[in-house]
Amino acid sequence: MQSTPVVSVESLSHKYGERLALDNLSFTAGAGEIFGLLGPNGGGKTTTFRILSTLIRPTSGKVTIFGFDLLTQPREVQRRIGVVFQSPSLDKKLTAYENLDHQGRLYGLSGSVLKDRITYLLDRVKLSDRAHEYVEAFSGGMRRRVELAKGLLHGPKLLLLDEPSTGLDPGARRDMWQYLRELSASEGVTSLLTTHYMEEAAQCSRIAILNSGKLVAMGPPDELRATIGGDVISIQSPQPADLQRSIVEQFSLAVELVDGTVRVETPKGHEWVAKLGGAFPGLIDSMTISKPTLDDVFIKKTGHKFWVESEPDTTAKDKKRGKKS
Amino acid sequence: MGEPIVTRPSAAFEAPPAPGILGPALTLAKRELVRFLRQRNRVASALLQPIVIFVLFGSALNGSFKAPSGSDTHYFEYLFPGTIAMILMFTAIFSTISIIEDRREGFLQSVLVAPSPRLSMVLGKLLGGTALAFFQALIFLIAGYFFIIPMTPMALLASCGMMVLIAFALCGLGFIIAWRMDSTQGFHAIMMLFLMPMLMLSGAFFPAQGAPAWLSATMHANPLYYGLAGLRHTIYGANPPWELPNFQLSLGISIAFALATVAGSVAISGTRTTGDLQ
Repeated sequence: MQSTPVVSVESLSHKYGERLALDNLSFTAGAGEIFGLLGPNGGGKTTTFRILSTLIRPTSGKVTIFGFDLLTQPREVQRRIGVVFQSPSLDKKLTAYENLDHQGRLYGLSGSVLKDRITYLLDRVKLSDRAHEYVEAFSGGMRRRVELAKGLLHGPKLLLLDEPSTGLDPGARRDMWQYLRELSASEGVTSLLTTHYMEEAAQCSRIAILNSGKLVAMGPPDELRATIGGDVISIQSPQPADLQRSIVEQFSLAVELVDGTVRVETPKGHEWVAKLGGAFPGLIDSMTISKPTLDDVFIKKTGHKFWVESEPDTTAKDKKRGKKS
Repeated sequence: MGEPIVTRPSAAFEAPPAPGILGPALTLAKRELVRFLRQRNRVASALLQPIVIFVLFGSALNGSFKAPSGSDTHYFEYLFPGTIAMILMFTAIFSTISIIEDRREGFLQSVLVAPSPRLSMVLGKLLGGTALAFFQALIFLIAGYFFIIPMTPMALLASCGMMVLIAFALCGLGFIIAWRMDSTQGFHAIMMLFLMPMLMLSGAFFPAQGAPAWLSATMHANPLYYGLAGLRHTIYGANPPWELPNFQLSLGISIAFALATVAGSVAISGTRTTGDLQ
């Protein structure tokens, strides 16, 4: 039985001036999910975050959060979501406690309820003993923890996080993830986060991979990895095109050439490593075999590596130059 | 094993009631005051600057000032309300620079995504700036009571009211200018180009009478001219020694000015600049 999704995004598109940042994006996220938007920088995930957090209005499309339409009832949405920005959003001249007190009042909290929540959350992020110190004396990691407390202050059931691991050491990162999982399990809180770290996305219950503003793949990490049929053999070769041709001719395997690397997807990869190594000794500089990763999923869907940006769109640039201001 | 020190609040934590207008506005205004008081150099300069200007200008121009016939008022007396206007102008406008700082430091983004109505965000900034401007001007007003013009309690009270009104309108003006700016340099440029002339042509330093016709006409089109005229009325009570637009007109225009800048602030606060996208 499908329950109503917490977040429902339909045909969301957004342009910054001439540049199309989001192209017809659609997805849903349900209660208790830890949903990841994975993609390289410039891929559209931060734009999605800005739209969902009500920072900007999209140029087209429909977003529903907890049943409220984002465009017609933004206030209802804002009351029920918590936002943790990537860039700092604290007042450094105030103490941690004052920052949280201020935030709470912006969300309608006051009195002893507010006080209890602040105390509870500062304890949860392990900053109780620094509550009354100015934030400007805090380290980057400590400030992030205050930001996390700030986002959770009013008890939202949907948490939006933009690159939440930025500035956190591995210990603090682990703590944060543990807390997100706890919130999901005990209170059904949905977390929607953007990230460009594969390992972080792999911890989500479901991810959507974005590239150049388009949804490229979506599903639980395990399912996505299973779409790669078997192991992945990556070969560095002095003549990659020749090697690719030869492998296809001799062994009829599906071989791709991705950014100068020869890639073979096949079950029983270890057997093939021996066969290929023996067949083309001169054409192989190095060979690696690995279980499929999200990186491989990305490559399969987009035809290029995660960190190689696609060619800039020169036609758009030329149009802009000729355009009258 | 003892009780845990901090227990979880009730598990059934519903979304808090939607914030009204006053709660968020007050916390934002309070922040302005707290930040000001924590920066000592701001406090010091705020107290000293108008005194310096008053003493310098007054001493330099006292000889050249021609009082209207029949009175023996000297320039210091003319300059006194003008200096109050200057204090109000500078502090009100500078308080809105904090919008640009807030944007650059990322603080503003939290405010923008909060469920507080836009009006409360505007009022918070305006009330905070008005409070700062008013209290600094008040110190000068009280000093004037002792040294320049003895005022009746009624006059003092009415002057306070006028000062609040002027400060509020100027904060609104500063808000409209600052909202779309990403850098304080740009704001300073606007200050020099637009706001300084506004102060110069308000009658703060020289009266409209005796000025060439084109200058006088410009002054009569300046809302701050009427604000300052209203202030002179309240300071003197019955018969101000200078020719001024009557009190009702001055008050009416000042109220309209304040309403216009507040409305403009609320309207412009719905827009975003690239500086908001960090």
